[in-house]
Amino acid sequence: MTATRRNLEGNEACALGAIRAGCRFFAGYPITPSSEVAEVMSRELPKVGGTFIQMEDEIASMGAVIGASMGGVKAMTATSGPGFSLKQENLGYACGAEIPCVVVNVMRGGPSTGMPTRPAQGDIMQTRWGTHGDHAIIVLAPASVSEAYSETIRAVELSETLRVPVVVLLDEVIGHLTETVDLAAVPEAPEVWRKFADGPVEGFEPYEVTEDMIPPMARPGDGYRAHCTGLTHAPGGFPTQVPTVAAEALNRTTDKLILHRDRIESWRVQDTDDADLLIVAIGISARAARQAVKDLRAEGLKVGLFRPVTLWPFPEDALRETVAKAGAKTVLVPEMNQGQLVLEVERVLAGRATVEGLGKVDGQAITPDEIAAKAREALR
Amino acid sequence: MKDTTVEAAFDVNDWLRQDQMPHFLCPGCGHGIALRALLWAIHDARIDKDKLAVVSGIGCSGRLSAYIDANTFHTTHGRPLTFATGLKLARPDLHVIVITGDGDCLAIGGNHLIHAARRNLDITCIMLNNEIYGMTGGQVSPTTSEGRYTSTTQAGNTEPTFDACALAAAAGAGFVGREVTMQVLALRDLIRQALGHEGFSFVEVLSDCTEIYGRKNDLGASPEMMLAKKSEMRPYAYRNTVDVPFRPNALRTGVLSQNERPEYGAAYRSMAAMIRGEREGG
Ligand SMILES: Cc1ncc(C[n+]2csc(CCOP(=O)(O)OP(=O)(O)O)c2C)c(N)n1
Ligand code: SF4
Repeated sequence: MTATRRNLEGNEACALGAIRAGCRFFAGYPITPSSEVAEVMSRELPKVGGTFIQMEDEIASMGAVIGASMGGVKAMTATSGPGFSLKQENLGYACGAEIPCVVVNVMRGGPSTGMPTRPAQGDIMQTRWGTHGDHAIIVLAPASVSEAYSETIRAVELSETLRVPVVVLLDEVIGHLTETVDLAAVPEAPEVWRKFADGPVEGFEPYEVTEDMIPPMARPGDGYRAHCTGLTHAPGGFPTQVPTVAAEALNRTTDKLILHRDRIESWRVQDTDDADLLIVAIGISARAARQAVKDLRAEGLKVGLFRPVTLWPFPEDALRETVAKAGAKTVLVPEMNQGQLVLEVERVLAGRATVEGLGKVDGQAITPDEIAAKAREALR
Repeated sequence: MKDTTVEAAFDVNDWLRQDQMPHFLCPGCGHGIALRALLWAIHDARIDKDKLAVVSGIGCSGRLSAYIDANTFHTTHGRPLTFATGLKLARPDLHVIVITGDGDCLAIGGNHLIHAARRNLDITCIMLNNEIYGMTGGQVSPTTSEGRYTSTTQAGNTEPTFDACALAAAAGAGFVGREVTMQVLALRDLIRQALGHEGFSFVEVLSDCTEIYGRKNDLGASPEMMLAKKSEMRPYAYRNTVDVPFRPNALRTGVLSQNERPEYGAAYRSMAAMIRGEREGG
């Protein structure tokens, strides 16, 4: 019997999760602190009949990943801040043309080359808005190594079945953390795939408007001879500038995620039922917040934690309900940036509670004590 | 057994998406001739339409993929070789052809050309060189001749141009060739050879942007432009010879270099098979 409990690093867990979900193509370009994802992929993919390629840069890696996915193969890349910026034009292409793919972004300090080896959470907005134009995208933010494993599996599933790029957003601490993962505890990844076209070739429309808003994808070689373009396209796949058709095409890709929101959104709560103060955090900051909640509870303070696992689309109804149920007056958002997640929380709560940010940009992870101190101050 | 099937005559309409006609190219644009030659070569190479994948970038050149009745992908500016790399590696059974422009391939996409040539993955790259950015209204390109007028070199281009074929060959491309649109049959045959080469093949097509480049530089209508291009080339009889006693600076056409380096996809797959074999054995 093979041991199912293994010591893994967060980055390694992403790679193994992707392979378990059927990912068979990886193209990347090394950058700290994400390079281990590429290294593990280069070692593991050939063993399972997959392909790894180290491209000349991040733009090329993203292009190659999209190309492989257009060929009908599950594909992934991994990078960090500056590399993610470089991928954005092609990421927009994948959003517009609805090409499934997974991008792991292990955050590092910024702007620019920033602090490559230090933890930061400065890409929260970059992952949501980081391409030109309006677009839908999914971002998942694991807070442990086993979650890096399971959420990467989920990223492949969501990306394939919804035909949308999915970003797995880690911070440096989660990426480089080693924890024991019980691989068997994660349900066996189902062989999920995008819907491939299998109807009549004659009259096939690659962007057909179906009830679930997910057009079946034409796989090269299957006889459909479809056209794929980043230009705004009509259901037939060719560029259009007819105002109603263009608006419908763009709106469908964003409405698609709203329609399937229940499948996408995921969050965790801790001690929220009676919380006067609610902490909202992701990644390593949420781990620190978890300890802070324990410490504050021991002091008799009613504090809880809401942790979005799906960062985008933001689980807004869940947050509103959690705040309402607890009757929380104050919400605290600790994050390793000057204030990004706090903007979304403010938007979602829109006056339902006082929202306070706790930003940290010195290259050090936020500590439970820092969060607890700020919480005590806010509760006073 | 000898193949006795009679080759069906080439009819360009069999290869075009009729519902996408009329095309958007300007009258006299050399890109149309290049497309015809490419389709003819694909026909002659007997490539199955369903196994044909055409990947293009952005530009007037990039629009050509939409007209071809095959699996077609119109990607981002300068990046078609990267998309094609992923597609070909993931699906070695497909015949992958890239259509790109001089701006697309040599400016924004220059790095990708170098590395695609170096890797030698089995892709055929057709670069349509019209010496200008046609799509965006006629700005200078890395291949614009010195002294020529463009909308961003209004007193004449002062930047030197470079030789894309020499670059591709130096980077290791398995097959490199150049032809003018005027010699459409020679162009067809050259592309046919490129398609037959296993490895990265690069064909530079000297095309004309009649509407913008031609007008701005008073080069006349398309026949004049094509003739002028042809006259810059070495005479047909000397195409492949190195020592031509006259016009030493004339551009060479035809097959410029060819090598039989290992094709990247095959090399990767045999390495992967070796890894799997070792595991099974161990
Ligand atoms: C990232 C990016 N930069 C710039 C452009 C604008 N653009 C579109 S086509 C083009 C140049 C095309 O020139 P070329 O490749 O020579 O093709 P041609 O139109 O001459 O056939 C440019 C700069 C773009 N679409 N994307
Ligand atoms: S602008 Fe120039 S390159 Fe573009 S279609 Fe017209 S003639 Fe051809």
